Amino acid sequence: MMKWIHRLGSPPIFYRLSGKLLPWFTALFVLTAIWGLYDGLFLAPMDLKQGEGYRIIFIHVPAAWMSLFIYMVMATCGAIALIWRIKLAEVMLISSAPIGAMFTFIALVTGAIWGKPMWGTYWVWDARLTSELILLFLYLGVISLYGAIDDKRTASRAVAILALVGVVNIPIIHYSVEWWNTLHQGPTVTKFDKPSIHISMLIPLLVMAVSFKFYYAMMVLMRARTEVLQRERNSRWVENEILGNTG
Amino acid sequence: MQASSNFSLSRAFLFLLKRDLILAFRQRSELANPLLFFVIVITLFPLGVGADAKLLKVMAPGLIWVAALLAAMLSLDSIFRSDFEDGTLEQLILSAHPITVLVLAKVTAHWLTTGLPLILISPLLAMMLGLSPDAMGVLLLTLFLGTPVLSLVGAIGVALTIGLRKGGVILSLLVLPLYVPVLIFASSAVMTTVSGFSASGQIYMLAAFLAFAISLAPLPVAAALRMSLS
Repeated sequence: MMKWIHRLGSPPIFYRLSGKLLPWFTALFVLTAIWGLYDGLFLAPMDLKQGEGYRIIFIHVPAAWMSLFIYMVMATCGAIALIWRIKLAEVMLISSAPIGAMFTFIALVTGAIWGKPMWGTYWVWDARLTSELILLFLYLGVISLYGAIDDKRTASRAVAILALVGVVNIPIIHYSVEWWNTLHQGPTVTKFDKPSIHISMLIPLLVMAVSFKFYYAMMVLMRARTEVLQRERNSRWVENEILGNTG
Repeated sequence: MQASSNFSLSRAFLFLLKRDLILAFRQRSELANPLLFFVIVITLFPLGVGADAKLLKVMAPGLIWVAALLAAMLSLDSIFRSDFEDGTLEQLILSAHPITVLVLAKVTAHWLTTGLPLILISPLLAMMLGLSPDAMGVLLLTLFLGTPVLSLVGAIGVALTIGLRKGGVILSLLVLPLYVPVLIFASSAVMTTVSGFSASGQIYMLAAFLAFAISLAPLPVAAALRMSLS
């Protein structure tokens, strides 16, 4: 098992394998996005109270899920990077950060756009909004710490420690903020036994969630590939790879 | 070298604590700076939002806590800065004792020289903002429980950014989001007391944060220091 992980973690093997996987992830993302968006924006019935405006949840909710999911991925990568010193985990961690920040930002912006007609204001100091905003700060902290340290190996370790500290704190922050103030409608999907959302709305929502996962997989592989090339620019295999591609 | 390995852990802890306290007291002006900052920030608020006594009374717990947060953050850099620059930190890491305990000693010294003065001056400021006397006790209690958490969590941020030339702004970006739970529970404890209810829940929560931070925060600090010095 460990041997297999180490093999996968070696940059040249990762580079070749990810190159093969990338078109698949891209295709799956495009297909699920078309399905989810068409289903969500045209086929799903109108909401009784919220009208057509509710349809933004097909972007908003999956983006909010991704914002947390990606932080968990980053923390896992951070732990792997610190414990086994696998370079690829460092690369994955730092490649994930901007994507996670983007999803957090999308969740905040779509939430604000939705909030204007529904709550009558773009922003309320509601628990979920606030903890999402703090999550955005955590992402930005990771990105700026990485950018500030010149030696990228050191920077990766710093970021790994920060991601782990962050992941311990996220539940604490989340529940503190929840306890502090809440207006946001309760979760409607996580109650798996009997979701309070109708099935015709649930399906596009879940399809969009899957689609965003593929988008993340696609983006993180693209970023990680560039990062790997940049880090290993002096090594033989990169030279072969580049020369093989151009001539 | 033989002697240092014979040093018991508790003696090493006390020795480092004493050394840091002496160093701090030899630079008294630096000690006063965060405190002055705290007082000035509190003074600015009535000037900014108006001198309406009712408004200030409502805002007092939050104001004091936000100001304490900022003051604590500004003083964080001094936990490791001078030791990092003259190489002492490297020696500490090379010593036979676990870094986590030494980190705890340094953070304790830092809290005694920055957190404690803050607590001592806060009743005066709370009184100026018109906080009621029974809420004062709760405010002091929350500061007692909360400021050590700020020092401990802040130490993680400092350890991560100590090698950077311009670590200050990044430090605030890293540390302030992590301060949110303390701020929420501490100011809410005081506000609940002001409105006449028992704040024991929030205070237990702060105590839990403190226990959690004392036991866990030294680990990432130690890891980050090793990273910063490698």
